[in-house]
Amino acid sequence: MNIYKKPILFTLLATVTILSGSIAMMIYPMFLESTQPHNKLQQPYTPIELAGRDVYQAEGCNNCHTQTVRPLKAEVARYGPYSKAWEFEYDRPFLWGSKRTGPDLARVGGKYSDKWHYKHMSNPAKLKAGSNMPKYDFLADIELKPAQIEHRMKVLGFPYTKEQIEELEGMTQMDAIVAYLQKLGTAVPRPPRPKMVKEGDVNTLANDPKAIAQGKKIFELNCTGCHGIDLKGDVGADLTDVIWLGSTEDFEDWEIFEVIADGTYKGLKRRAEGGMPPFGDFMGKYKIWSLIAYIRSMEAQE
Amino acid sequence: MATQDLNYDVAKGFAFSALLWGTVTVLLGILIASQLVYPNLNFAPFLTFGRLRPLHINAGAIGFGIGAIFGLFYYITQRLTGQDILFPKLAKAHLWLFNVAVVLAAVSLLIGMNTTKEYAELEWPLDVVVVILWVMFAINILGMIFKRKQMHLYVSLWYIIATIIAVAVLYIINNLAIPVSWNKSYSIFAGVNDANVEWWYGHNAVGFIFTTPILAMFYYFFPKSANLPIYSHRLSIVAFWSLIFAYLWTGAHHLIYTPVPDWIQTVAMAFTIFLIAPSWGSVVNGYYTMGGNWDRMRSNYLIKFFILGITFYGLQTIQGPTQGLRTISALVHYTDWVPGHVHMGTMGWVTMTICASIYYMLPQIYKTEIYSVKLANLHFWLVLIGQLMYSVTMWITGIQQGAMWRATDQDGSLTYTFIETNLANVPFWQLRIIAGIIFLCGFLVFVYNVIMTAQKGRRLAQEVA
Repeated sequence: MNIYKKPILFTLLATVTILSGSIAMMIYPMFLESTQPHNKLQQPYTPIELAGRDVYQAEGCNNCHTQTVRPLKAEVARYGPYSKAWEFEYDRPFLWGSKRTGPDLARVGGKYSDKWHYKHMSNPAKLKAGSNMPKYDFLADIELKPAQIEHRMKVLGFPYTKEQIEELEGMTQMDAIVAYLQKLGTAVPRPPRPKMVKEGDVNTLANDPKAIAQGKKIFELNCTGCHGIDLKGDVGADLTDVIWLGSTEDFEDWEIFEVIADGTYKGLKRRAEGGMPPFGDFMGKYKIWSLIAYIRSMEAQE
Repeated sequence: MATQDLNYDVAKGFAFSALLWGTVTVLLGILIASQLVYPNLNFAPFLTFGRLRPLHINAGAIGFGIGAIFGLFYYITQRLTGQDILFPKLAKAHLWLFNVAVVLAAVSLLIGMNTTKEYAELEWPLDVVVVILWVMFAINILGMIFKRKQMHLYVSLWYIIATIIAVAVLYIINNLAIPVSWNKSYSIFAGVNDANVEWWYGHNAVGFIFTTPILAMFYYFFPKSANLPIYSHRLSIVAFWSLIFAYLWTGAHHLIYTPVPDWIQTVAMAFTIFLIAPSWGSVVNGYYTMGGNWDRMRSNYLIKFFILGITFYGLQTIQGPTQGLRTISALVHYTDWVPGHVHMGTMGWVTMTICASIYYMLPQIYKTEIYSVKLANLHFWLVLIGQLMYSVTMWITGIQQGAMWRATDQDGSLTYTFIETNLANVPFWQLRIIAGIIFLCGFLVFVYNVIMTAQKGRRLAQEVA
């Protein structure tokens, strides 16, 4: 029998051949526990978060941002704990992406303050020198449609309250996308950061001209977005002020170190309103001490 | 075979549509490549990178790729079956609906209708149109094959059949979604499952839009152009069945180090390595068909296109499995290496083979010679230089970026901030813009050459009449 003379039989055989791998690799895994694990830490999206996710999709943010941290040492240091399967239970579709023209966003929730996000979305290059992200200021002009969002919540079967829907009145796509970003990765517990300084440690690099020059470079790359090129502050605190970070007392070197290494969050003793991300993992001791040497040198000029 | 009055109008129509959408694709590519270097070229809300990149991909895959596939398949199938198009009116409607669909798809992506599933960005109303287009196409092509006058099915027809079946299965399953309004839907799959379905689809979209149909063209137009029979029928058989078998197992190599279960990643990697064999089966078949007469690449410009095309296919199918391995993926995944890889396939293998097929087909239809072999040669060198420059720069900067992401200082802290790793891309991104412009020049030479050939053909037809 020559199947190359029997097109119908040939078509059937080709179909079976194509389906075999599809069944083994795509259909069969759908029935496995490991592809749909549940963890109560992961909560469904609230109405405002879902609206933000819709904006994220419409703007094609996934073209430049991934949302999955790989279990690689450098990646965990840069972004945080690697992604778990249960985090994505409510994601229809998944938004892992395939290209990082911008940084991964799987752990961005809570890393920056809302204020930072609003400013950054409106004009990214202003907060991150050299950023090539487009300006999304127009999102602040587009109002949300509460009825539409309620319908979508119903279709997805996510729980919501009437108040949550009413609150959407007058809110914009900008509010929504910030709310969505602030949720990302917050369900995953963060292990406490290892202590990098002891109480009372002093900066051995203080007044070292080489360290100050290095610190200036680090500051310009990482800090000017929030604290300004003149250190006068904007989203972040004024670093030249004596009432720095809401404290009238002077900060000691090791305390500044902790703020830079661990970041700030609301309610942390003596420390402003939070919203500063931790830099310890990707700066290390030498860079942080250099940075402090630079900040101190600028303080001295005032 | 007695001369027959076969119907080539639709084949022509699709070929010219593909030229138009191909030009749009390259122009969009240059624009989004420029936006990465000069963010002021983003014009919100419609012309931002996030909305234009899916448009670039869809214009390329659907407008240029599938448009050319439709046209060339209408031609190849008629030639190989000896059968006239069964439903000429349906085929004509197919051509018109196709072009309307491409325009609607473009508008929908620009207004932010985006499912965000890669290569399946179109929202559900357009998915319905795509399925209708595919059915219209399948009725005529499969109908011709089933009713054929030439009993034996040639290799190209096998690949055509596999393409029609596989794309239908892939497209429908991956796009299953619950509509919440006319312009928005949510995937019926969630999280890890959705990712696994998407990359089963995504990788096989490459397999059954950018591989099997292009092989169908290669197996038909290359021996025709060289006037030589394919080297080995047996090799064709082995390569065909193992290719369409293995492809469907490999999608998860796009998901290395993600929360998708490890065994799925590992099985996918193993089949990916296996896939080198059937891919190279066709490469070897192509090379041996030349029978050592490599000097013909100098005298026959079509052979030059096909041999370079199949060579890029060979390189692509070595590079792909390599970067699918965990160790290599850890370094280059998510970097610009990947666009470098993709564009060797699309700008090298796919475009070269499609262009050469159109160069062969149109003069046949118009019963004339090509307008200018010199221009075809110029086209060849420009697209070759443009594509090599694109891929090589992206590979270099991709490795650089992967290395910078993982670089650590002596105390174990990361050496570079993200923005530093991005700024290091800029010189390479600038070179890529130039590469794109060179490629565009080559493509425009092709378009001009084809249009002039058509005009020449029409003039000749009038003179005869």
